[in-house]
Amino acid sequence: MDYPTIWFLIVGVLLTGYAVLDGFDLGVGALHLFVKKDDHRRLFLNAIGPVWDGNEVWLVVGGGALFAAFPEAYATVFSGFYVPFMLLLCCLIFRAVAIEFRSKEPWPWWRQMWDIAFSLGSILAAFLIGLAMGNIVRGIPLDADNEFAGSLETLLNPYSVLLGFTTVLIFSLHGAIYLALKTEGELQGIVRGWIPTLIGIQMLFYIFFNFYTIIECPYVLETVKQRPHIMLIMALDVIVVLNIPREIHLGREFNAFLCSCLGMILLMATFGLTYYPYMVLSVPNIQNSLTVYNAASSSTTMGIMLIITIIGVPLVLAYTFCIYYIFRGKTKLTAHNY
Amino acid sequence: MQLRTAVLPDHYMETEFLARLQFAFTIMFHYIYPPLSIGLGVALVIMEGIWLRTGNVLYHNMARFWTRVFALTFSIGVATGIVMEFEFGTNWATYSRFVGDIFGSALAAEGIFAFFLESGFLAVLLFGWNKVGPKMHFFATCMVCLGSHFSAVWIVVANSWMQTPAGYHLEKMGPNGANVRLPADYVLQPADLTTVRAVVDDFWAMVFNPSSIDRLTHTILGAWMAGAFLVLSISAFYLLRKRHTDFAVASLKVGLVFASVATILQMISGDSTAKGVVRNQPIKLAAIEGVYKTEPYTPLTLFGYVDPKTQTVHGPQIPGMLSFLCYMDFQKPVIGLNEQPSDTYLKARYPTATPEQLPEIRKRYWPIVPLVFQTYHLMIGIGGACLGLVLAGLFLWWKGWLFDTERKLTRWYLIALVFSVIGPQVANQAGWLTAELGRQPWIVYGLLKTSQGLSKVVTANQILFSLILFAMVYLLLFAVFIYLLTRKIQHGPETEEESEEMPESWRQLIVETEKAPRA
Repeated sequence: MDYPTIWFLIVGVLLTGYAVLDGFDLGVGALHLFVKKDDHRRLFLNAIGPVWDGNEVWLVVGGGALFAAFPEAYATVFSGFYVPFMLLLCCLIFRAVAIEFRSKEPWPWWRQMWDIAFSLGSILAAFLIGLAMGNIVRGIPLDADNEFAGSLETLLNPYSVLLGFTTVLIFSLHGAIYLALKTEGELQGIVRGWIPTLIGIQMLFYIFFNFYTIIECPYVLETVKQRPHIMLIMALDVIVVLNIPREIHLGREFNAFLCSCLGMILLMATFGLTYYPYMVLSVPNIQNSLTVYNAASSSTTMGIMLIITIIGVPLVLAYTFCIYYIFRGKTKLTAHNY
Repeated sequence: MQLRTAVLPDHYMETEFLARLQFAFTIMFHYIYPPLSIGLGVALVIMEGIWLRTGNVLYHNMARFWTRVFALTFSIGVATGIVMEFEFGTNWATYSRFVGDIFGSALAAEGIFAFFLESGFLAVLLFGWNKVGPKMHFFATCMVCLGSHFSAVWIVVANSWMQTPAGYHLEKMGPNGANVRLPADYVLQPADLTTVRAVVDDFWAMVFNPSSIDRLTHTILGAWMAGAFLVLSISAFYLLRKRHTDFAVASLKVGLVFASVATILQMISGDSTAKGVVRNQPIKLAAIEGVYKTEPYTPLTLFGYVDPKTQTVHGPQIPGMLSFLCYMDFQKPVIGLNEQPSDTYLKARYPTATPEQLPEIRKRYWPIVPLVFQTYHLMIGIGGACLGLVLAGLFLWWKGWLFDTERKLTRWYLIALVFSVIGPQVANQAGWLTAELGRQPWIVYGLLKTSQGLSKVVTANQILFSLILFAMVYLLLFAVFIYLLTRKIQHGPETEEESEEMPESWRQLIVETEKAPRA
């Protein structure tokens, strides 16, 4: 494997880590307004309280790795998706501070205001992430200098908008399963009740989205024919997701959550295996596309960064597990948390 | 202001202005918080360390109180920090393409080494009081503190590379990876921007570029001062109000020792940083002191203003002092702006220019002199005032007057301390402005101009939109931050009786206050 391929994999792993981890706390945000009691909302916030910040770091590191390993792709995508990314930043800011500010005052209007900021911020953030993914999958117009040659309207195409909504659903389901794991009693009953419905809707969207992809992105079918193992991963994904209701029914929330994580990983793997070697596909002029090769930084940098990754990742994994272990079990309310 | 769209020829000027304004605004707002996190982080390590060592529950409550303040600054710091990472790509795409190889790797290293460490252990620091043992908690506090310092290391390294690039060469990208190495003295042409990239040669030369150690020390000490003076300010406030007096006295002592160490070291670091500017960026040095003409016994201006038309500085001056500070020699002249950059440098870039045109062309390589003169002198003035404050504090403490709030002198001193929190904040911002405005017109010093680093596909309107968006969001955030900070200060630390949530394993540490050795 050459450096660009390794780095495609690393950036993919980091973004998958982000989807799996921040996915559930964005999902918790999306579901936040569906419970009305103050204590329930506080439990929602405290369920993600110790971990959301670390989860968001995966995005920062994913972005940093993209910048270092594929500066051309980073520059093209970030300048091309200017308005959606600026909105995404605002959403992430509002979410972050809403979690911190919300329970600092007892007034209903204050709490309601930050609840709405937290929930809308989470929903819109999930949507915009999906929208960006949709455009990457579908391809965006690039000029001969690999610069984005479209406009905001180009980005708001039906396919990407659909993926935006699908992402909100995927994250909501993921969040609901996480909540089922972290809550107990009445609240857990409410949350568990949502899961079958969410799985149903998500499956509908998933099937529809796959057909839409075949129509909208002809290259996908070609690639899958050449790389038939992708079919296997997709089938596995469906089985894993369908296993979730069973685990929930048996009261094994932890297994359900693992399945949900695995489902997200398989989804991202499907995308990565289909998309390689592209970094940013150019449509209609495919020759202007950025691939892992023409978007890559020098092999010196990729080599150094690989050493940094090899040193850093075991540390990161060690304390990520450590944190999740310390904060395992059901969330409890105390006077000092959110 | 009338808005012009991208089709008009002068759009680049407007885009550049707006993009720079947006970057300055978002980073200056962001930079209110990380110094507080870094400085308070150190203060937390000290407080928790004393608690573990002495078993004096006062320090436990102190650490818990400052942790709550820390949480508030940290969350806004994180939220506004993500903006910065995105902005390189959104607003400065050409710059990102040009330096991604180098700047991107420093940023990625920051993420892997610093952010994960910080955010992971932050959870234990904030929520682990009842979940882990005291030693583990102390360890987590140390790790958060270490993480925030690592973060400063990598981002200052990246920024220092932009000030004094090293350990790289330029490469012209050919088709299919056939890249050509360009000679070291190659002058970048506007047409090169799509094909030429800075590529790393030597990672360690890049990390330890000529200015990174000085600037890192200077930045971290500035952050320590920001945290220390916040502790001083709030403690002095309680003392004046006669609330939580035990807490306030102990907290003031910790704060004053910490502030003294940071401020005195900062004087040494400031001198060393300025000498680095003399060596590496002589134009910046001449600009911040308003030196146009090269003459022996170059004077140091204490404060005043620069008249760029007559090229004179008005204000009280010490003859020969600038020469002495730069070269330890009162006579040796500091090279003035009128001789920088040199004629040879300019002729290489403007071969057709006549000797009469050169002075006008030269000005394009200067920053806005009156502006950087003021930001620099503001920073120096506040630094001096902070030094005065800590020395006065140490004197009062030595005399035994520091906590005698009936004494008029002490009261005036404590009132000054309450307001002193603004000092390091303003000095940090002014220092940043000096560093960044002072290197203009360059984004990467001597290599790439700021006007060349913009995103080609982003229009002035889009930047204006996001600028207004951020202005509104940040204004709201700042208002809520100040409000909640005030509330936390009014609420104050817990007394012993209130901290009943402490688990038994922690309680065993408590040594009765009478027996506890004085910290």
